[in-house]
Amino acid sequence: MNAFSLALRNLLRNRRRSLTTLLAMMIGVSAILLFGGYSRNINLGLQTDFVRGSGHLQIQHTDYFLYGSGNPAAYGIADYPRIIATLQNDPVLAPMLTVVTPRLSLGGIAGNFDAGVSRTVFGAGVDIAGQNAMLQWNDYDFPGVAKTSPLTGSRSDAAVIGTGVARVLQLCEPLQVQNCPGAQRRETDGAAAPADITALSAQEQPQAERSASRTAIELLAANAHGAPNVARLNVIKAEAMGVKEYDDMAVQLHLQQAQRLIYGQDAPKVTAIVLQLKHTGQMPAARARLTELLAGPLKGMPLEVHDFATLNPQYGQITGMFAAILGFIAILIGAIVLFTVSNTMSMAVVERTVEIGTLRALGLRRSGIRRLFVCEGALLGAVGALCGIVLALLVAYAVNHSGLTWLPPGNVDPVPLTIRVWGEPAMIGRTALGLMLVATLSAWWPARRAAKLNIVDALRHV
Amino acid sequence: MSSVILKQVSKHYRLDAVEVPALSEITLTIASGRFTVLSGPSGSGKTTLLNLIGCIDQPDSGTLTVAGENVLALQDDALADFRARHIGFIFQNFNLIPVLNAYENIEYPLLLTGVDTRERQRRVQDLLDAVGLADRAKNLPGQLSGGQRQRVAIARALATNPALVMADEPTANLDSHTGAAILELMRNLQCERRMSFVFSSHDPNVLAMADDAVFIRDGRITGIEQRTPELAA
Ligand SMILES: Nc1ncnc2c1ncn2[C@@H]1O[C@H](COP(=O)(O)OP(=O)(O)O)[C@@H](O)[C@H]1O
Ligand SMILES: [Mg+2]
Repeated sequence: MNAFSLALRNLLRNRRRSLTTLLAMMIGVSAILLFGGYSRNINLGLQTDFVRGSGHLQIQHTDYFLYGSGNPAAYGIADYPRIIATLQNDPVLAPMLTVVTPRLSLGGIAGNFDAGVSRTVFGAGVDIAGQNAMLQWNDYDFPGVAKTSPLTGSRSDAAVIGTGVARVLQLCEPLQVQNCPGAQRRETDGAAAPADITALSAQEQPQAERSASRTAIELLAANAHGAPNVARLNVIKAEAMGVKEYDDMAVQLHLQQAQRLIYGQDAPKVTAIVLQLKHTGQMPAARARLTELLAGPLKGMPLEVHDFATLNPQYGQITGMFAAILGFIAILIGAIVLFTVSNTMSMAVVERTVEIGTLRALGLRRSGIRRLFVCEGALLGAVGALCGIVLALLVAYAVNHSGLTWLPPGNVDPVPLTIRVWGEPAMIGRTALGLMLVATLSAWWPARRAAKLNIVDALRHV
Repeated sequence: MSSVILKQVSKHYRLDAVEVPALSEITLTIASGRFTVLSGPSGSGKTTLLNLIGCIDQPDSGTLTVAGENVLALQDDALADFRARHIGFIFQNFNLIPVLNAYENIEYPLLLTGVDTRERQRRVQDLLDAVGLADRAKNLPGQLSGGQRQRVAIARALATNPALVMADEPTANLDSHTGAAILELMRNLQCERRMSFVFSSHDPNVLAMADDAVFIRDGRITGIEQRTPELAA
């Protein structure tokens, strides 16, 4: 007759009370697991977005991240093909890599001078093949087909802009941007492009090559020597970017086009070498290896490495927020379970006072009485956790197959609402352990009280 | 041979500010292997005295020796172990463990004293036979009649072959017919197994069976009668 089988029988003795307690624990556990699974899905979704867009790690010129943004001239990485080759051929790093691709970020002014409008923009020159390879990343098995860059297969002067840029540059109609009623056309002084810009543009590209399209824009930037330079781009698509600030600023173009704009005839540089790994868990190892490489074969280059969480601070902010909410819910539910179980056990102690006195008279030690009730609490906790896990799995399954969608922060298109409970054994384990701990702990005080009862008084109890 | 020796034992209860004396300067020796009955009216202190002898209560003053052990010197755990090994209890309300069946209730003290499985089986079966409940082994207390429950309780009290069996008005909750049968069973078992039984009762039928009778009134011993000659050890 071990303590657990006795505990089980005693729990079964008062079925209704045990069931109510179990129900409270079940709901608590499944609430934690469901919210945990929901926020886990958001975190992984965000992570997937960031890793697809900007990789796990980026090698940048020292200080570029803090001081060099918008100054590709001063913070460009020269000789980047050699660095990329070194990374791709490194026996330690190569097996972890999915993509290594260069990128050139630049600040400038985009103008639709036919319409007399312009605005500052943030340009990204990307390698299309590398970009498309990055978009394939799906380590967390999100549903849906991988997107490809809209620049795929386009001419070298093609560009994609944010819908906000398209609105300001009055390109809504030709680019078929939605939610963009023809804005009141305002009279401005600069109705035509300044002569010097037109001249620069003409100098850059022979008249014959110039696109006569209605979607042409001029991108003006400072070149490596500090002089203004202009590229004429043909916008092939306006793409919504989710975050308004970015949507109002983004211009994506071919890497070579961007390099020609900044470096002209000089040796082309980039502002970042983007590394995407097979698994996010490999980041520390990959980083360590990069540090070795920067101190070894790549010694002397003023380079530093940043991870996606540093490059996208909102990742940490959003995951932190969800962790805080989850923690709050867990504490709340923990407290409820604590009171429920301790109430149940206190009632059991009072009901079984005579029994406690009898067992003590028969020679059971105080510790034996304590064990009896603590075991009951632990058993309640274990069964409650188990039922809660099953309930959470069922609800998660139902939700995941219900076809519900939602719009995560920073996303443009709704995504299926997914709750990740199945496949998260660490989360399930932590929750179950936590609940059992709380249940055991809350049985401890009533158990102590039971063990301290005076035998004669307990036997006289009616 | 004596199994219990009390010297100058006093005990009082505190009710609010008033001290209620329950036992006053009891000096008593209970002989080993005999059927001793504590007799007295309700409230005379029988239960209090049994509780002291059974080592589940402590006197305010005096000395108490049970089975050769100065039990007042024992710490709580040691005292619990001592009870498990040397003292059996039979209660007025039977006090069986409701979630254990008859067999398991009898087995329980043997688990406390660490008797091995085979020996446990042998003893429980033997006791079930002795109290005539071999066919009720699997029944829970709730499925047994009062008399049957008290038989299980008797078997439980005897399981560890204790030196001393305490029985506080064991027939008070039974009808007279059943009570008589239970008394007879206890008397027979006591004779067979030569343990010391200490009874409390105000029932003349119980008194009639006693080897020794101790009369109590208002917490004092008013008389001791030896009804049967003490057998030479
Ligand atoms: N726990 C207690 N608190 C206060 N008084 C008690 C308590 N137990 C017994 N008494 C008192 O002690 C006296 C002896 O009681 P008890 O030993 O139960 O007598 P009996 O068993 O002979 O009826 C009685 O006056 C009773 O009221
Ligand atoms: Mg009494």
